[in-house]
Amino acid sequence: MSPAEHILTSSRWKRVVVGVCAALLAGAGYARAQENADCLACHGDKGLAVERKGKTVSLFVHEKRFNASIHGTLSCVSCHTDLQGKELPHEAPLARVACGSCHTAEQEQHDRSLHGQAFRRGDPFAPICTSCHGTHDILSAQRPQSPTAPLKVPYLCGKCHQEGSPVARQRVIHQDHILENYSESIHGEGLLKKGLIVAPNCASCHTAHSILRHTDPTSSIARKNIATTCTRCHAQIEEVHRKVIRGELWEKRSNVLPACVDCHQPHKVRKVFYDQGMADGDCLRCHARPDIISSHGAGSLRVDPNELATSRHAKTACSQCHTEVNASKLRPCEAITRKVDCAACHAEVGQQYQRSTHGSLMASKDQNAPSCRECHGTHGIRGKREPVSPTFPTNVPMLCARCHRTGNKAAARYTGSQHEIIEHYQESTHGKGLLKSGLTVTAMCTDCHTAHGELPMADTASSVNPKNLPRTCGRCHHGIEEQFVRSVHSGQTTKTDKVLPVCSDCHTAHTIRRADTDGFKLQIMTQCGRCHEKIAKTYFETYHGKVSQLGYTKTAKCYDCHGAHDILPISDPKSHLSRENVVATCQKCHPGATRRFAGYLTHATHHDPEKYPWLFYTFWGMTGLLLTTFVVSGLHTLLWLPRAFQMRRDRGRRAALRNATPSEKDTQEGAE
Amino acid sequence: MEGTGERQYVRFSRLNRIFHATMIVSFMGLALTGMTLKFSYTDWAGVMSRLFGGFESAGYIHRLAAVVMLSVFVGHMMDLFRRKRQEFGTWWAMLTGPNTMLPTKKDLHDAVGSVKWFLGRGPRPEYGRWTYWEKFDYFAVFWGIFVIGSTGLTLWFPQIFTLFLPGWVLNVATIIHSDEALLATGFIFTVHFFNTHLRPEKFPMDMVIFTGRMSLEELEEDKPVEYREVVNRGTLESSLADPYPEVVVRTIRILAGMAVLLGFGMIVLIIYAMVFAYR
Repeated sequence: MSPAEHILTSSRWKRVVVGVCAALLAGAGYARAQENADCLACHGDKGLAVERKGKTVSLFVHEKRFNASIHGTLSCVSCHTDLQGKELPHEAPLARVACGSCHTAEQEQHDRSLHGQAFRRGDPFAPICTSCHGTHDILSAQRPQSPTAPLKVPYLCGKCHQEGSPVARQRVIHQDHILENYSESIHGEGLLKKGLIVAPNCASCHTAHSILRHTDPTSSIARKNIATTCTRCHAQIEEVHRKVIRGELWEKRSNVLPACVDCHQPHKVRKVFYDQGMADGDCLRCHARPDIISSHGAGSLRVDPNELATSRHAKTACSQCHTEVNASKLRPCEAITRKVDCAACHAEVGQQYQRSTHGSLMASKDQNAPSCRECHGTHGIRGKREPVSPTFPTNVPMLCARCHRTGNKAAARYTGSQHEIIEHYQESTHGKGLLKSGLTVTAMCTDCHTAHGELPMADTASSVNPKNLPRTCGRCHHGIEEQFVRSVHSGQTTKTDKVLPVCSDCHTAHTIRRADTDGFKLQIMTQCGRCHEKIAKTYFETYHGKVSQLGYTKTAKCYDCHGAHDILPISDPKSHLSRENVVATCQKCHPGATRRFAGYLTHATHHDPEKYPWLFYTFWGMTGLLLTTFVVSGLHTLLWLPRAFQMRRDRGRRAALRNATPSEKDTQEGAE
Repeated sequence: MEGTGERQYVRFSRLNRIFHATMIVSFMGLALTGMTLKFSYTDWAGVMSRLFGGFESAGYIHRLAAVVMLSVFVGHMMDLFRRKRQEFGTWWAMLTGPNTMLPTKKDLHDAVGSVKWFLGRGPRPEYGRWTYWEKFDYFAVFWGIFVIGSTGLTLWFPQIFTLFLPGWVLNVATIIHSDEALLATGFIFTVHFFNTHLRPEKFPMDMVIFTGRMSLEELEEDKPVEYREVVNRGTLESSLADPYPEVVVRTIRILAGMAVLLGFGMIVLIIYAMVFAYR
């Protein structure tokens, strides 16, 4: 029920009551013959007055106005019940009129309200029924002349609650310039300047009779009720605030969400985008001081206003995150018991985080577990598209490295096969693209591991789980993914209990190289060979394999013939090596290739007499020839050696003889 | 020391010496580049491939050396035709003459005699101008050039050869080419080196194939039949020439020594590749 409705229904109800009372009292009137005219005989005199506490109080009742009032049909004694059956003129003073005898509910509300409490305390400023409604001239709130008409309510309340009034000066009211602010607010403007009587006045929010402090949980302006109060008029506001409150969340989880007034300050609401909520300036009065520190030893509590002003949350009020602040307290922040819950607004991300390794570590109260702030910061939080943000693509590797670099806390916990992840990433094609070429679209940590749902590879929900990896890589390399999922290596095509390769099995995880670099081209063959052991071995026995092994890439490697991501069984007509395509595949390098040429055995081995008899027998024939030749000629040479040494010795002896004496030489010559 | 100044017997013509030297260069080039590919699984192969300026450049060197070697072969054949015409008149005269390269009955006798001599059962046979092992070497080259050359051309121009041969012939050709080359390399760098250059009585180097010259004393001892033939024919004087100056001989000795060491080096690498690195 809106406050306006409240008034309407209560006045409707009042009329019923008044009617019943009037009928009853009319009967009584006739019996006792106490006509209003009897009263007015005296009270119709303008000069009738009495002295009370040194003040002259008029006792005049304006007959016309009384008759025009909502109580005009009632007799005087209906209200002044203590005069019933009394002789006139009566004794003074009379008892206070008890409006509650008819207006029971309003009276009860008033009794509980701040105004009623003050009245019972004996507060001289405490307003009673007549303070607002008047006495003999009470008009329906629907009558524009009534002081309780919507247009008049601000002035009515303002009598006491305007700046400088005794109430405003002497009583503790946490708001200031209430009337002034209201009249400038969008509500006040609507009501007072544009005359829209449906625009909320004081009573619309505070109610007419149940006026209570916002700290009172039953108050219409209590923190947990404020949304209900505002949505009486702003019924569709949740649609507008969908991002923030996600439907009815505002009412369900009002403890973690900001209340309307945190952004739209009471009395000052404007139809503008709120730069700062209720209390940013107030918060910063203390928190901008450089020396402010936590009394619990949590270090500095300083908030740099400049940092805040340039942050992503510059237009978010302090109280929107620090939701427990209580504006009624001198230190609104003393009510805070919990840490900021970013998931209150970033609900989806929060759920991802809770399922991630980071989140489960946090849930298990691991002291190294990163929360939102570890990556995003706190008051200086920036958007991921701002280059100064730690979550800007080029900064992400270093951000993750804070924990995941070898030797750091996350790396110390990790037991998988990856090592020196950061260093390897930096040298990878992704790392170079991002950090050296500055291509911010290049894949970095969170592109593969996701930003908030990181999970170990073994987890089937992980983005880097073999099951999901093609899709993860395919987010950028979509064309490749399309080929891959149709290839022989994809589980969609090949049904086997063997482990099928995914992207990282050939490209690695963190040392990914450009596919057109020599290093990668040569590495890929050993990668294929990890599973295709035999066939890789035979490849290395052929010309292509031998040349590749020397480190040259211009000859055919696995993927030159089989394709890279679109590998299909040879029986598939679409395969590069199918009967239809094989010649064209050879012709990529050998332009003159014919079908006969394609008969070259690219995986031939001379160790298999069944499959390759020609090669087998050629090899062993040649080997036999070699062995025979070497054995025969080797033996020949070895047998020769002793004789050859002997000849050398003989010749040495002859030469020595020749050089010894001419006579000896002569004798030798003579002997010849 | 062979007596300087003393005239020496000319055993090899200038053309044959040039052929041999060219053959050395081309053979080394072929062997080095070829074995790099054959033993590509060894670590030394990668190093050597880079030394040749990469695989492609090694391939060009291999083919260039092959062309050079074939040219030597063709040149030698042309020389044979010329000598037939100028010196013998008919092939019959040339091929049945005393200096024929074809195996003769005497070669069989010499071979048996040699084994007897090795075993201490007889004297050293009296070898003629071409001993049986020299003839074997000669025909080994003929055979090698035919076998390796033909398979090499098949592999060089596979598109042409597969116009009339099935594709698997290329695989067979690879095995033959490679193993025959291994045989040639292994034989030349061990048996041939020993038999003709490094025999202990000639150590460190028999220079006759490079200078073409040997002392008469040596000829008489080593090839007594040839010596006698020359003397009997009376052509001894015309077969003599002045020795090369010492500096030329020393230069040749250094170059030839390098070739020998290179050959031995290759043998070491081949043994390493086949025994220790084979997989």
